[in-house]
Amino acid sequence: MSFYFAQLLTGLANASSLFLIASGLSIIFGVTRVVNFAHGSLYMLGAYLSYTLITTLDLGILGFWGSVVAAAAIVAVIGGAIEVLVLRRIYRSPELFQLVATFGVVLIVQDVALAIWGPADMLGPRAPGLSRAVRIFGEPIPQYDLALIVIGPLVLGLILLLFNRTRWGILVRAATEDRAMVGALGVNQRFLFTSAFMVGSFLAGLGGALQVPRESVSLLMDMSIIGEAFVVVVIGGMGSVTGAFAAAIIISVANAFGVLVFPQISMVLPFLVMAVVLVVRPYGLFGTAASAHGGATVPEAPLRPLSKVGIVVATALFAFLLAAPAQDDTFILVLLTDVLIAMLFAASLHFLMGIGGMVSFGHAAYFGLGAYAAAIAVRDLGLPMLPAMVFGPVMAALGALVFGWFCVRLSGVYLAMLTLAAAQILWGVTFQWQWLTGGDDGILGIWPARWASGNATFYYLALAICGGALVLIRQLAHSPFGFVLRGGRDSPVRAEAIGIDLRAHQWLGFTIAGAFAGVAGVVFVFSKGSVFPETLAIGHSIDGLIMVLLGGVQALAGPLVGAAAFVLIEDWVTRLEYWRFIFGAIILVIVLVAPDGIAGGLGRLWRLVRPARAAA
Amino acid sequence: MPTRSLTFAFALGLSALALAPSGPAVAQDAIKIGEINSYTRLPAFTEPYKKGWELALEEINGAGGIDGRPLEIISRDDTGDPATAIRIAEEMIGRDKVAFLFGTFLSNVGLAVADIAARNEVFFLASEPLTDEIVWGSGNKYTYRLRPSNWMQTGMLAAEAAKLDATKWATIAPNYAYGTDAVSAFKEQLTKLRPDVEFVEEQWPSLFKIDAGSAVRALEQAKPDAIFNVTFGPDLAKFVREGSLRGLFDDRPVVSLLSGEPEYLNPLGDETPDGWLVTGYPGDDVDTPEHDAFEKAYRAKWDEEPQTGSIVGYNSMMTIKKLLETAPSLETADLLATMEGLEVDSPTGPFVFRKADNQATMGAYVGKTALVDGQPSMVEWYYAPGEDFLPSEEEAAKMRPAE
Repeated sequence: MSFYFAQLLTGLANASSLFLIASGLSIIFGVTRVVNFAHGSLYMLGAYLSYTLITTLDLGILGFWGSVVAAAAIVAVIGGAIEVLVLRRIYRSPELFQLVATFGVVLIVQDVALAIWGPADMLGPRAPGLSRAVRIFGEPIPQYDLALIVIGPLVLGLILLLFNRTRWGILVRAATEDRAMVGALGVNQRFLFTSAFMVGSFLAGLGGALQVPRESVSLLMDMSIIGEAFVVVVIGGMGSVTGAFAAAIIISVANAFGVLVFPQISMVLPFLVMAVVLVVRPYGLFGTAASAHGGATVPEAPLRPLSKVGIVVATALFAFLLAAPAQDDTFILVLLTDVLIAMLFAASLHFLMGIGGMVSFGHAAYFGLGAYAAAIAVRDLGLPMLPAMVFGPVMAALGALVFGWFCVRLSGVYLAMLTLAAAQILWGVTFQWQWLTGGDDGILGIWPARWASGNATFYYLALAICGGALVLIRQLAHSPFGFVLRGGRDSPVRAEAIGIDLRAHQWLGFTIAGAFAGVAGVVFVFSKGSVFPETLAIGHSIDGLIMVLLGGVQALAGPLVGAAAFVLIEDWVTRLEYWRFIFGAIILVIVLVAPDGIAGGLGRLWRLVRPARAAA
Repeated sequence: MPTRSLTFAFALGLSALALAPSGPAVAQDAIKIGEINSYTRLPAFTEPYKKGWELALEEINGAGGIDGRPLEIISRDDTGDPATAIRIAEEMIGRDKVAFLFGTFLSNVGLAVADIAARNEVFFLASEPLTDEIVWGSGNKYTYRLRPSNWMQTGMLAAEAAKLDATKWATIAPNYAYGTDAVSAFKEQLTKLRPDVEFVEEQWPSLFKIDAGSAVRALEQAKPDAIFNVTFGPDLAKFVREGSLRGLFDDRPVVSLLSGEPEYLNPLGDETPDGWLVTGYPGDDVDTPEHDAFEKAYRAKWDEEPQTGSIVGYNSMMTIKKLLETAPSLETADLLATMEGLEVDSPTGPFVFRKADNQATMGAYVGKTALVDGQPSMVEWYYAPGEDFLPSEEEAAKMRPAE
């Protein structure tokens, strides 16, 4: 019995840590509707800053706690700067566009931390006065864990006090409920957003600073926390601090007991819990329907058929791609194949989120499913390349059919997070199911059939498959089915009212998008000769999302431009020292200059230039 | 809107740059070699490695190169992603026309590059990956591996573990191929030496996401006589702190893979556990003339103590130097023929690349962790030669797929 009580306390201490980070993320999302990927970076900065302050000041108990609060305050200022300098300028962009900017910030912070603090991990001192364990029912419990168990609810109480007893808190709650109305009532939104972002950043910094006595400060802290933080926020209900607290306790306690029974569980446990909660409660434990969507953005112009200029550009591009093998440089073909794969992957995601209005944070699942299915078909079933290339997308579509059935019941960010949960669970299965998938060593030696193994031949094959699929996606977007999806995206109520079974259409749309991602996956597996769990990991899904948003979600060409820009810039920039900083800076510049994505920006540029030409 | 158009011009320019053949013009006669590693993903381990090979490169080129030809290393960051590593390898082979490849740290990246090397019939020296697959189960004739492998290092520890009084063992390892392979290799080798041991508990925390408190409690509950640990990096620090707070290591021997390597040991600072049996590298304490010379040069260039990665990087270049001095040409067939049984001298002693399985006999240091004058250190250490912990060449050859 005492053993289980001690395990419970361990879980509660972890819950407090997790809650601090998640509460800040939840407040930021509630008010500004920004999905802040950089929250993990703020957490990491909090840890580094407090490590530096604690070790340089070395002032005993007061010094320790003073350093923790000071570090959190500095992080709050950094967060405020990010809001004022970057995010404030892009609130009117399409939904979720801001996450591209926060992705840029993540890259920049990684290199800044590396430059300032160096690559080695640093283990800070234990908390003065709390450096030992006490015996509770005979079991050793670290004093610092007990302190954390107190700090968590204490911070929750302070936040609730702030929310319920101050004018600022009332405004924050009001903005979480209905942002447009708060604006209409004349509340200074700029101040509200910046201050909410700073409070959220403070909490992230505090969470990081308080980890110093528990773990070494390292450059991996940002990525290791951000996934779980999002899960906690979603389970609790976006914008609900109390919900985040409850969710943090559920996740951490479940994990503390879970590892006793099934030690591998921690890899997928948070995502399993999230999937179950979202299926049962579509807006999380304490969330409301209003929390699913961002504020109103510029409505999207209707799709138009390709203009004359568009046809010329597309033809020229196709001619360029056809002529590429003429150069005596096999690497260009490798790179262009990667571009084609990324384009198809991004276009399939765009079909889902741009046309269908269903944002996915886990689209790589279907890319990976297609790739793995093809690889396994070749290795175990002995299928030749072309049948395997058909088998892959079919399996991807089947996967999307199953997961899509759950996902289309939700909307907005909750839908996105359920797709993420599905992808993570699939990733966990792939990772763990070693005899079938090879675990993290992947499946190797899946090369094209002999007739297609020449560099140019395979390139033309990839061009034919990806190009054909892209044309098909375009046709679908302009078909009656595409019209239904777009109608459902813009006004679900009206679409239902004229007798459309919207959910069925969305389910079909989800499946089709999954199948196209699977096509990209099979081209990938034969071009690389191998497949690894990375293909269906969060990182790959996020890459796709960045391509679509960076390119411009409101244009069919957007994902193509975005994918090409992303792959080519990344390929070039990784050759440089501190490339993450440069890449992040490039992303921020693009975001600020073209708040509607590269394609949107190019479109505006074109409209500016064209009359001038006509006059000349 | 000039700024706007400029930005797009810039973005387009970038794309054009990426497509154009790149890299600065080099002397005609330089020998080009491709190098790939996870520099941004795991800088704590790959930076010392880079410093190691850069030092050796400077020494080689300072002495006039190989037969008058300087070496040019094209070094790239694989971002920890095997697919990116494959693309980079294809660029090095297809565009840069490198003579061969070396590097990689993560096992899956190493395996991916080994596969692409075999497909393109290019020699690949896998410097750091530990997986046994790369020379055995998935071995190919184009891939040689330098660092003492999972099997070798767990074998060194199993030999020490067998001398302990312990029969009930618990294991903790990160939940991915390296962790699972290490645990099964340790179990197999320890059970062979001590048939009476039993393994009573396993913990598999996610890599770099350990819930150390819960894992420590779960290990404690099993009341093992001894613990075998494979966690490293941030996980190790957390495990050590939570474990010592909760008394897990009191009167309980711990055998810990790689924890004596300065990359993992130094960050533990004054929390360094006392008396853990580890494989690693005692750094400055190694007193051979070869090592002293290396250490002096390394300190002069980088102003810090060499780490395990530094040795691996330096020994990689020593291998390359010996290979290029011996090989009749840069043709892959000649390189591969020369690699068979190639003997290399290094700061940590001579080693040989075995003909049967392409594994180097480079060894590792086995000892105990301790705080010496407030510094995390290895004590009572000795050098365990790699050949003593490898299966015989006949057995090893049987584990490899037929060519």
